[in-house]
Amino acid sequence: MSDERTLDLLEAKIQELRELNKVDGLDLSAEISKLERKLAQMRTELYANLGDWERVRIARNPKRPYSLDYIEGVFSGFYELHGDRLGGDDRALITGLAMLDGSKVAIIAQQKGRDPAENKERYFGMVRPQGYHKAIRIMRLAERFGFPIISLIDTPGAYPGLESEEKNIGGAIASSILSMLEIEVPTISVIIGEGGSGGAVAIGAADRLLMLENAIFSVISPEGAAAILWKSKERVKEAAVALKLTAPDLLELGVIDEVIPEPLGGAHKDMAQVMAAFKGSLVRNLAELGEMSVQELLAQRYERYRKIGRYNTLSG
Amino acid sequence: MTIFKDKQYFRVKLEKEADEALWLRCKSCGELVFKKRVRENNNICPNCGEYFFLTARERIESLIDEESFEDVSKPIVADDPLGFQDEKPYPQRLEEAQEKTGLPSAIILGSASISQIPVVIGVMEFQFIGGSMGSVMGEQICHGMEEAIERRCPFVLVSSSGGARMQEGAFALLQMVKTTAVRTRLARERLPFISVMTYPTTGGVQASIASLGDIIIAEKGAMIGFAGRRVIKETIAEELPKNFQTEAFALKHGMIDRVARREELRSELAAVLAFFQEGTR
Repeated sequence: MSDERTLDLLEAKIQELRELNKVDGLDLSAEISKLERKLAQMRTELYANLGDWERVRIARNPKRPYSLDYIEGVFSGFYELHGDRLGGDDRALITGLAMLDGSKVAIIAQQKGRDPAENKERYFGMVRPQGYHKAIRIMRLAERFGFPIISLIDTPGAYPGLESEEKNIGGAIASSILSMLEIEVPTISVIIGEGGSGGAVAIGAADRLLMLENAIFSVISPEGAAAILWKSKERVKEAAVALKLTAPDLLELGVIDEVIPEPLGGAHKDMAQVMAAFKGSLVRNLAELGEMSVQELLAQRYERYRKIGRYNTLSG
Repeated sequence: MTIFKDKQYFRVKLEKEADEALWLRCKSCGELVFKKRVRENNNICPNCGEYFFLTARERIESLIDEESFEDVSKPIVADDPLGFQDEKPYPQRLEEAQEKTGLPSAIILGSASISQIPVVIGVMEFQFIGGSMGSVMGEQICHGMEEAIERRCPFVLVSSSGGARMQEGAFALLQMVKTTAVRTRLARERLPFISVMTYPTTGGVQASIASLGDIIIAEKGAMIGFAGRRVIKETIAEELPKNFQTEAFALKHGMIDRVARREELRSELAAVLAFFQEGTR
């Protein structure tokens, strides 16, 4: 994305001209609109045919809206609930209650940090076992009171480290998947940035799985795949393509249900537009799920996952 | 799929292939040991007690009553849904793995008996692309649990896997959810699921079906965990203890119920299965 800088410079230039226009009473409007057209054209050229690796970089862009931005922009009255009741409160996974368009929901969301201090607190969005235990607690609470669950996925993966392994991170992920499958309320998961492997799936086994247009969802990071399969870290771009980790690819493969559109260049270019699309999609999906009985809901969820996979059947 | 154009799907029979070499050198004590004696000894070095690797076929033989195995797997083989190519195309990797192991996929699934108790048993083959779980393994595990429900018997799964199969992308990842979904059915039917973890039980397999056993028994010498040493080193550069992700580590940290030596595994299973048999139906 080396050209993004050029776009930013041009945008700044236009802004500068606009300021001049106001102050001096000069008429620069013809010049400004010419530059604006040029900017729009360049933006389209740059972003309309994004490569998979560029999408990975947008998905990880720290300017991109994070879970708390959606919680603020799409929901109202968020009331955060802390702690797994077993000795921990993972700040990489936040939970709470909120209203969505007049309906009560429970939120389970992975949260990255924007600066070093916040990333230290939030482990770069990498969830530890206590985070999944907290998620399970909130699932049970939501089920008890009939609140649908919205999970927002944005993690490079579960936290890999001694502490995680000592607390059985694999077992925690397994339990979280199990809870999501059993919970008797509607569940919607949205991958808003990075959907990294088991750490993402743990809170992604939902009735509906949606993805932002420039989010990614992958069994392994392109860096990891490049190191293991190509034995070279330089091959990340090829790995990103091969893994079919973009939202349009995954929609075509039937892995996800819907792609939430983003403005050219990514969600951070126009937050209001993304929030509106995001909210519209959530409200519509929730209404559809709300019409089903619990039995229908669970049967449909079971079918969805029972049949996932692609293989060849042989005769004889 | 081209690999099987001229080949019929083959059912797994538990005959030993002819072995060329008569002797093996133990990597632990360095002694030359008679291969037949090693085999008879569950692939444990008769000299020093070191475990040799067991293939899935050998593993099943070591656990079940003689002649009791019947293949109940579905006649399916891997697809290449992503058209995946790294240094080799995925179909070529599959073909090589099939040649090497003589198996259609990375799991064997059969009905059998252990001390006269009927079970459905699945055993992963590590030598088949690291025992990785793709769509075929996920489907076979689910099918195995459904067979167990049909036959009203316990399900035993012996894991030996590095995790999800990267070449199948999100489809592989979601096998974690799929196997967990069917596991809930087995639980509802009150049929026991015994998970046996061997070397290695890691990644997406450890973070789903293998960790959801009613009883989890690890073989001595197993490696159990989610993220491997290398990932941890590269991500956070942390010092790791010597016993990291060993079966003793897993036991100490409450991840498993028990540890059994290889030669005790069959009697452990028999004892546990016998306990559950009482009053299960």
